[in-house]
Amino acid sequence: MASGKTLTISIMDPPYESGTTTTMLRIVDAALKKGHNVNVFAYEGAVALPLKTQAAHPNPVKGTTVEEQHHPTTSGFISALFEAAGLTGAKLDWVNCGLCVDERGATEWVEGVRRGGPGDFVKFAQESTNTLVIGTR
Amino acid sequence: MAHYLLIESRDPFEYGDPVQFADLAVDLAGAGNQVTMFLVQNGVLVARAGAAGGTLQKLAGEARITVLADEFSLRERGIWPEKLAGGVNYGSMDQFVDLLMADDVKAVWH
Amino acid sequence: MAKYLSIVERAYHGTLEEQDDTILWISHMAKKAGADVSVLLRANAVNYAVQGQNAEGLTFGAAALSVPPKLDQDIAELIGAGVSVYAVSDDLERRGIGRGDIVAGVRLIAQREMAKLFDQHDQIWHW
Repeated sequence: MASGKTLTISIMDPPYESGTTTTMLRIVDAALKKGHNVNVFAYEGAVALPLKTQAAHPNPVKGTTVEEQHHPTTSGFISALFEAAGLTGAKLDWVNCGLCVDERGATEWVEGVRRGGPGDFVKFAQESTNTLVIGTR
Repeated sequence: MAHYLLIESRDPFEYGDPVQFADLAVDLAGAGNQVTMFLVQNGVLVARAGAAGGTLQKLAGEARITVLADEFSLRERGIWPEKLAGGVNYGSMDQFVDLLMADDVKAVWH
Repeated sequence: MAKYLSIVERAYHGTLEEQDDTILWISHMAKKAGADVSVLLRANAVNYAVQGQNAEGLTFGAAALSVPPKLDQDIAELIGAGVSVYAVSDDLERRGIGRGDIVAGVRLIAQREMAKLFDQHDQIWHW
């Protein structure tokens, strides 16, 4: 059941480079399950997180096939979070910063992601119960 | 007075800044605020009993500071309950979100 | 109106586009969007306040980086736009940066005063 509260998270790291991605996904997952609405503002490298062109691969060290390895994609996890939101009546709004998208050519996203900019982040921050900015190193 | 939810994700043996973040926690508590320091990712490396002194020692004993360590980050790094340093409590992601979404909480990631 | 403190801690993490530093940029954009935002430079990002930074002249093969970042100007422009820009004096001293070396209008605060600055703002954006 929706809680009526909204969390805004800003994230910067690209996929597979930092523990912040995993932690962010965990926070969003936990928040949605509690019925909180979640806004994600993906800035800089994080605009690559929901790329639908990501592909799983095998592990040649272990000799696994693609099917056996079941390699995750961050975009797959993000799609699953959109689905999870629907189960509790919460809303997930994922905004990719447009200029960051352009300079990276990161334009093909999974369903649910939209293009935006810093104005969206400010609006999110003004209207949310809380805002968590996760920077990058 | 506010409640500060400070999140330390970095290892003070890799970066020098977590020491100053712990100092900030002490200063915020000294100003009358309630502080929760949530250790996550490599930030939990200070929570292993026997780790060299530094940030945890600054926080322990401060009445207004609670130190939580993310149970997944601990487990991922093989820091099991018997290896947890004194003054550190287990924290879950559910607990973290509850803290984050409480009224009048300022969240600061480091 | 809510007050936001935007903290830049890590400096020079990319020198490819004029918008580097991307946090100074988004802070300026937030101001343009009407947010009451202040900026705090700490750790090695205090170097952004140093006058006379020059990132010109990079070339890769025949391709030149023709519009490099000018961070001291970015700081001055933030101040000119009405953004309070603070720098932690302890971090400047550790790096041998004197008051005469920095852009006019940057306000210095001691590390121990950061808690008070945090208390004066409703949200802390620590990038």
